[in-house]
Amino acid sequence: MANTAVATGASTRPNYGSMSRDRTWALRWSYFFLVLFAIFFLMPPIYMLITSLKTSAEISAAKNPWWISNPTLQNYIELLTQNQFLVFFRNSAIVSICVVIITMLISVIAAFALARMKFWGSATLATGVFLTYLIPETLLFIPLFKMFAWVNEVFGVQLMNHWWTMIILYPTLTVPFATWIMIGYFASIPKELDEAALIDGATWMQTLTKIFIPVALPGIIAATIFTFTVSWAQFLYPLAFTTSTSELVLPVGIVTTLIKGDVFNWGQIMTGALLGAAPPLIIYAFLMDYYIAGLTAGATKG
Amino acid sequence: MADIAARNPAVVTGDRRSSLHKLMQRKSTIAFLMALPLILLLAILVAYPAGFAVYLATLNKGMTRFVGFGNFEFLFGRDTFWLVVYQSCLFAITAVIFKAIIGFVVAHFVHNIPSKGQRKWRGMLLVPWVIPPAMSTLAWLWLFDPSYSALNWILAHFGIGNVPWTGEAGWARFSVILVNVWIGSPFFMIMYLAALKSVPEQLYEAASIDGATWWQRIWYVTLPMMRNIIAITALFSLIVTFANFDIVRVLTAGGPLNSTHIFGTWAFRVGIEGGDIPLGAAVSLFMVPILAVAATFILRDITKRGSEV
Repeated sequence: MANTAVATGASTRPNYGSMSRDRTWALRWSYFFLVLFAIFFLMPPIYMLITSLKTSAEISAAKNPWWISNPTLQNYIELLTQNQFLVFFRNSAIVSICVVIITMLISVIAAFALARMKFWGSATLATGVFLTYLIPETLLFIPLFKMFAWVNEVFGVQLMNHWWTMIILYPTLTVPFATWIMIGYFASIPKELDEAALIDGATWMQTLTKIFIPVALPGIIAATIFTFTVSWAQFLYPLAFTTSTSELVLPVGIVTTLIKGDVFNWGQIMTGALLGAAPPLIIYAFLMDYYIAGLTAGATKG
Repeated sequence: MADIAARNPAVVTGDRRSSLHKLMQRKSTIAFLMALPLILLLAILVAYPAGFAVYLATLNKGMTRFVGFGNFEFLFGRDTFWLVVYQSCLFAITAVIFKAIIGFVVAHFVHNIPSKGQRKWRGMLLVPWVIPPAMSTLAWLWLFDPSYSALNWILAHFGIGNVPWTGEAGWARFSVILVNVWIGSPFFMIMYLAALKSVPEQLYEAASIDGATWWQRIWYVTLPMMRNIIAITALFSLIVTFANFDIVRVLTAGGPLNSTHIFGTWAFRVGIEGGDIPLGAAVSLFMVPILAVAATFILRDITKRGSEV
């Protein structure tokens, strides 16, 4: 076919044919490798689900670990009727929701001031916000530990071993990032928009609430999702600062209480881990596009 | 206050210059007040503790006496410390390289397929990044279980005997890197995919007219166009990976025989569990140099791009 096309003088034809054949093969290989990578990336969560549906007897039987013979919801029922697990869940939920509210209030207002209402030192402060975003919590937990002891001595306020301490601590991880994203989104809004509002007699607060927040709503949603995900997943601070079982948040609670000495009840651990991973995953499933937009904006917008 | 001046046109037209000046002054005062919660939060809970860590590191164990560089000297004399330095660098550098390579390759495959299906694949491949690391590491711990390892069960079908995933120093190091790569490469994938989409199609057309092979297209078109994103993503990830805690803590807790401890987990072991807060602070401070270098490069890139715009 291709040869006859050349013979009749339609010179673009054969070329096009071989290119599309290359393209088909490239596509097949792409799908093949994507399936391989998807298996690699989804294997642990799927194995969590498989294990969570098994009884302890089935887990310890030397059979195919990837197959469930007698699926059961027993692990879920046991965990969800256990008071302790519900306490972890409640602690995590309250902490995350409070942190989201505090973070968004602080960072949206501050980002507006930094992006639009330049003041003395505002450029330095913007850089400073970014720098604090780069300071990891592994550097801060030891001095904070000592500072809490000092606060207890001087003010008589015990910050150690309380889940609500996390509401004070988590914003240090979420505010710099949320502010940084919001500065980027606000900076991309045309100046004419807020100038028009100011000329029409709007106050700064009105400009923020009536113009900037609606226009930058995708950015706000992205920052909110991130704040929630980060505070739900945080592990080091609660591990360092809380010990009583009634004060633990979900990730730490699952890791420290479900593993009892050398006895591993893997069915329950995997159920707990899956339930712990569920809230961020559900939010992600519904708001994936905002999530991805925020991810790329965080590092690329400057 | 500023609203009155702004709302009342008579004020503005009447005494134009001075009221404008006042307006500007008020504006910056309001702006400062709006940023004040942020400033206080970061000053009290980030900047102050960071400085306080330096002071803490110069005290003795009971925090009663100034010992200068005593803690650092003590660390330099310990084999475990050098093991931690080695492992931290090995862990961070290897993991970042593999994350970048896998992210780049997967981004290419996703970019190759028709854009209709891309969203679905992208969504599926980003799942490891969304699950809280402590939770997904638990799943890996169970996959690596010495007696019931589901991975070894699969490998046995390929004739590979029992792999001591977390039991032996070399394998344990491999395992923590593997889990970190699993969690982190989706992030690289998303960043590189966004960068790939921003490369103008005409460049590829011009390259294929000039007879470039697919490898030449990647080397001379894609990579130079993506250089910035590749660098900044890698630097970001280097900071996060170097300061990692969750994965090592849950998977091996530093073992076997401290061979997988990195700065974060060892500082926790020494400072919180061992009760020697100054020594723990000294350990964590060793993260600062590499963080500072990475941060400098990132900032330079950002200010450069800021001035271009």
